[in-house]
Amino acid sequence: MNDIAAKLGMTGDQLEGLLAILVRNTVILIGVINVAAVMTLVERKVSAWMQYRHGPNRVGPWGLLQPLADGVKFIFKEVVIPYGANKPLYLLAPAMAAVPAMMTIAVIPFANDVVLFGKNWGPLAIADIDVGILYLLAIGSMSVYGVILAGWASNSKYSLLGGLRASAQMISYELSMILAILAVVALAGSINLKEIAALQASTGNPLDWFFFKQPLACFLLLVASFAETNRHPFDFAECEPELVAGFNTEYSAMKWAIFFIGEYSAMAVMSALSVVLFWGGWSVPFMPDAPWYLGFAAFLAKVSVYLFLFVWVRWTLPRFRFDQLMRIGWKVMLPLALLNLLATGAMLALFGPPGAP
Amino acid sequence: MVESYLPVLILFVMVVAFAFANMALSELGGRKRKNVGKGEPYECGMEPEGNARLRLSIHFYLVAVLFILFDVESVFLVLWAVGARSFAETGVGVFVFAEIAAFVGLLALALAYVWRKGGLEWDR
Repeated sequence: MNDIAAKLGMTGDQLEGLLAILVRNTVILIGVINVAAVMTLVERKVSAWMQYRHGPNRVGPWGLLQPLADGVKFIFKEVVIPYGANKPLYLLAPAMAAVPAMMTIAVIPFANDVVLFGKNWGPLAIADIDVGILYLLAIGSMSVYGVILAGWASNSKYSLLGGLRASAQMISYELSMILAILAVVALAGSINLKEIAALQASTGNPLDWFFFKQPLACFLLLVASFAETNRHPFDFAECEPELVAGFNTEYSAMKWAIFFIGEYSAMAVMSALSVVLFWGGWSVPFMPDAPWYLGFAAFLAKVSVYLFLFVWVRWTLPRFRFDQLMRIGWKVMLPLALLNLLATGAMLALFGPPGAP
Repeated sequence: MVESYLPVLILFVMVVAFAFANMALSELGGRKRKNVGKGEPYECGMEPEGNARLRLSIHFYLVAVLFILFDVESVFLVLWAVGARSFAETGVGVFVFAEIAAFVGLLALALAYVWRKGGLEWDR
């Protein structure tokens, strides 16, 4: 190890650190892409069960290989670029939508300090940076560009309308999302996601989870994350009956798939963010000293519940109208989030910070 | 401290490579049989009517401007939120909170004004 490092002009520790980063990045990125792939199957299966159907069950046992078959199919589909499309932007748009969504996983702490091969490798997160929440919000909101570029560059009216609606909706709900998150930040006194999770996990008491101090913020973040990821009941960007798929009407083959990998990664990240902020992250109830792999399992279990909720809501609530959506965003969510933040601040200032966590 | 952003940079390279490699893959593997109908923008099967570079409703711009207004507000609030706990612990909590409440109140007033003026009505 040290010989190779010397040849590369590094010390052994530096090389080891670099290798650890590469391994961690690869594992987490592949993990999230797989979550996206499996979610496509889960979504179809759960939708089918809710409508008394079977769903995909031909490819592999229980339809488990369906995402793989879909992936292969996407590769061999024809790439059609419509006449009059702005080609560079048209080709750039899927990447612009998916890259920010997949970049945001960098700050999510999946588990506590990983101890492997007798060494502490730090928390199971790609980057443990101090401005975690700020990074997540800044990078996450950049996927609006991808959506609006896709809508504009396709030279199709449906796409244009879909892209515009999506961007208006995403920026409207982002405000309530930020303000809801800030209420938790005020309680925790940090925007480092790992520290926020560690605060809630320290005693192992589930009542320390911030959900029990900020239920309203949790609900606001849930609603905002439906809107941010363009999911039901707010999927105006791609509502089938009105806009025939909206901003991705003109996309085919792998370009279309990239949009969806982005959307499902965004869902996974929003679920993970909600779990870290409100449900204790990797905290296992009543086990403050749980080993990291148990914590990781608890984290995945909580995220799965959130992801199931995304599908469940899709078949439970009807889609809103666009003016209703904007009305809820500006006239209900925003004032509620502001009031929640002010109330949190007032409680903090008058009665001091909460004792236990 | 800058080193802690190195993984983010590496992740960026990996994600961009993933996205473009996949798109190139279907460019290579996909069938290529063009015809006149395929390239037309989709409009329910009819021939497309006019150009898609339409004029947009002014509402979308209004929403964008309002967003910037409140987004800047939330950036200021981040600073306060991070410090709120330590302000309360050092005993200046009430004073700082009064200041931030005045700031938020001013913007809430702006929201009320826009609301009153009908800027939030989509279907006017």
